[in-house]
Amino acid sequence: MFRSSSSATQVARPFRAKLRRTFATVQDPPVRHYGGLKDQDRIFTNAYCRHDHGLKGAMSRGDWHRTKDIILKGDSWIIQTIKDSGLRGRGGAGFPSGLKWSFMNKPGWEKDPRPRYLVVNADEGEPGTCKDREILRGDPHKLVEGCLVAGRAMNASAAYIYIRGEFYQEASHVQQAIDEAYKSGLLGKDACGSGYSFDVYLHRGAGAYICGEETALIESIEGKQGKPRLKPPFPADVGLFGCPTTVANVETVAVAPTICRRGAPWFAGFGRKRNEGTKLFCISGHVNNPCVVEEEMSIPLKDLIEKHCGGVRGGWDNLLGIIPGGSSVPVIPPNVCAEVLMDYDSLKDAQSGLGTGAVIVMDKSTDIVKAIARFAHFYKHESCGQCTPCREGTTWMMNMMDRFVEGRGHQREIDMLLELTKQIEGRTICALGDAAAWPIQGLMRHFRPEVEARITKFRMEQGPVLFGGRLKSQTDPTLALPDNLGANLPEPEAALPPPPA
Amino acid sequence: MFAARLSKRLPHPRARVPARNISVTACRKSDALFVHRDTTYNNPKIPFEFNEENTKRAKEIISHYPPQYKKAAVIPLLDLGQRQNKGWTSISVMNYVARLLEMPPMRVYEVATFYTMFNRSPIGEHFVQVCTTTPCMLRGSYDILDTICSHLGGIKPGDTTKDGKFTVIEVECQGACSNAPMMAVGDDFYEDLTPETTKKVIEAFAKGEKPKAGPQSGRHTSENSAGLTALTSKPYGPGEFCTPEFS
Repeated sequence: MFRSSSSATQVARPFRAKLRRTFATVQDPPVRHYGGLKDQDRIFTNAYCRHDHGLKGAMSRGDWHRTKDIILKGDSWIIQTIKDSGLRGRGGAGFPSGLKWSFMNKPGWEKDPRPRYLVVNADEGEPGTCKDREILRGDPHKLVEGCLVAGRAMNASAAYIYIRGEFYQEASHVQQAIDEAYKSGLLGKDACGSGYSFDVYLHRGAGAYICGEETALIESIEGKQGKPRLKPPFPADVGLFGCPTTVANVETVAVAPTICRRGAPWFAGFGRKRNEGTKLFCISGHVNNPCVVEEEMSIPLKDLIEKHCGGVRGGWDNLLGIIPGGSSVPVIPPNVCAEVLMDYDSLKDAQSGLGTGAVIVMDKSTDIVKAIARFAHFYKHESCGQCTPCREGTTWMMNMMDRFVEGRGHQREIDMLLELTKQIEGRTICALGDAAAWPIQGLMRHFRPEVEARITKFRMEQGPVLFGGRLKSQTDPTLALPDNLGANLPEPEAALPPPPA
Repeated sequence: MFAARLSKRLPHPRARVPARNISVTACRKSDALFVHRDTTYNNPKIPFEFNEENTKRAKEIISHYPPQYKKAAVIPLLDLGQRQNKGWTSISVMNYVARLLEMPPMRVYEVATFYTMFNRSPIGEHFVQVCTTTPCMLRGSYDILDTICSHLGGIKPGDTTKDGKFTVIEVECQGACSNAPMMAVGDDFYEDLTPETTKKVIEAFAKGEKPKAGPQSGRHTSENSAGLTALTSKPYGPGEFCTPEFS
């Protein structure tokens, strides 16, 4: 076959000697390197609070510039622009924002007499995440303007910004921005002189991680316990105060005006396909200089850490693992960290997730089991108690993880714990159950030998351990011990200590 | 007869096993106490009312919500009440807010027990909350917690010092992870702590001063401490780089 094709070339090309082609005839497209965002393409130009966060400073940085014209363009133009820009929700789930906003404008929505709300989720509570904080205190006007633009897109009459109660300074900056905007006629009955009536209110929470879930957040604004609602009905049909509502993350809303002004192709020019845009990443843990930084999507994780954080403490080889998207995504080991790109799809392929872009770096000095056990404590503390699998399961997982920290357990209990996580995952109203289960699954996927080694060590020192952590030596020898307590089970082969040399 | 035979076979039955007594559950003193018991300092007979300023503020807050959903203001109003009531939400505060918003008191109790920022028992003058969730833990937040506890005379997390000046608790993520480890004193965040700077902050509060909030390491906010890696140039102005329509 090859010969026939070469003879065909001979026919087609008489000057064969001159144009001889080697086997590799297909040229690779040039490899595109992501990252290296320039300052002129950064949206949050006051993320480090080095300039005035008030209206005057914000306007000098281009906020509220011809917002009237954006409003007058109408809802479908804004939604189409957001759709074209490829913006995906920055709160963790990564749902396409334009599509989500368009759910508010169902056919015949004009006949619905109910008010319509935009709710901004500034209840930033995911461990590792501190990006919205920088927007709230540095660029509050971007958020307020974003509320107006996003609110216009979904024909909302008011926006509520739900900010976590602990963010006092941030809340006062946002309140100041809202007050200034009202005073200058940028909000209110005739927002920016466009004739569109829009109000923005600030609502402070009171310390509950679960209120970051959209329906729990709605419940919380309504003055109830923050317990998620069953969906459907979705908030776009029945949400806040029984009216159509859309809940969006701070970053998603705050980038909208800039996208409208600079054009969808500009925003879509960053990052890989379906992961377009820029994103605030917050890096914490064992890096030399932890920071919050806006970068291009799809930047390699290693580049992000080396370039903006001065590298991992003790060098890249000292890396143990990275949690790339906040507490609720699984940890990834160093070999994956070296290759993975910081976007939704690449991290999903690595069996993790982008989440909120909160990178938690752990070097080799970390007690990884303890770190994940601490997350189990967090989820136990923050479970709202509505669904049984989550309420009981988080407590159960916390207890088991605490035992594994010292190795007080049975090898078989690792699989029991994994089965437990599978029983919680997907069986609760909201995603907190899943979020509590995933870190443990990630730990067992990549660091199971570490857990096994601890269990073996503990067993060698203290003797056999029953299921549930009791030592066999603590049992009453005069009483029969049921077999299902695991006291008489042989340990699996792999866990046996190596034979003495 | 059976007992006699058994004792012959086992000379010291249950010698190593401690005898079990009737057990009494220990009183659980934690921040998650959900039961109200009338005490001299916390009972419904103690009067509570918003002062003039807070009444005005409350009216403003209530006006943010649709008139038929007045109860949406319960969290902000409880927060106002807590601030007026020396940092804790007594049963009187809850009852007052319930009356003000015309909602059943039980609905207010539900909210006050659900959210962790409502303290249902008195706290010290300075409320020190140390974050110990994993990102802070990795940067040594337990050392910070130990430093504070030992510096304040060996109290435990959850305790108040004898002079009533400090209450220290361990809290979950406060959302300042790039500035870990951190603690919140009252409303202010103290970030980038080391045991030494923690002591300094605590000592300043003990003296009645108010140290500067924010990172204690000298950096401004959450930028790279070894020099900026982003936002080094002057921010672009209105209309720059925009599409022709908006320039």
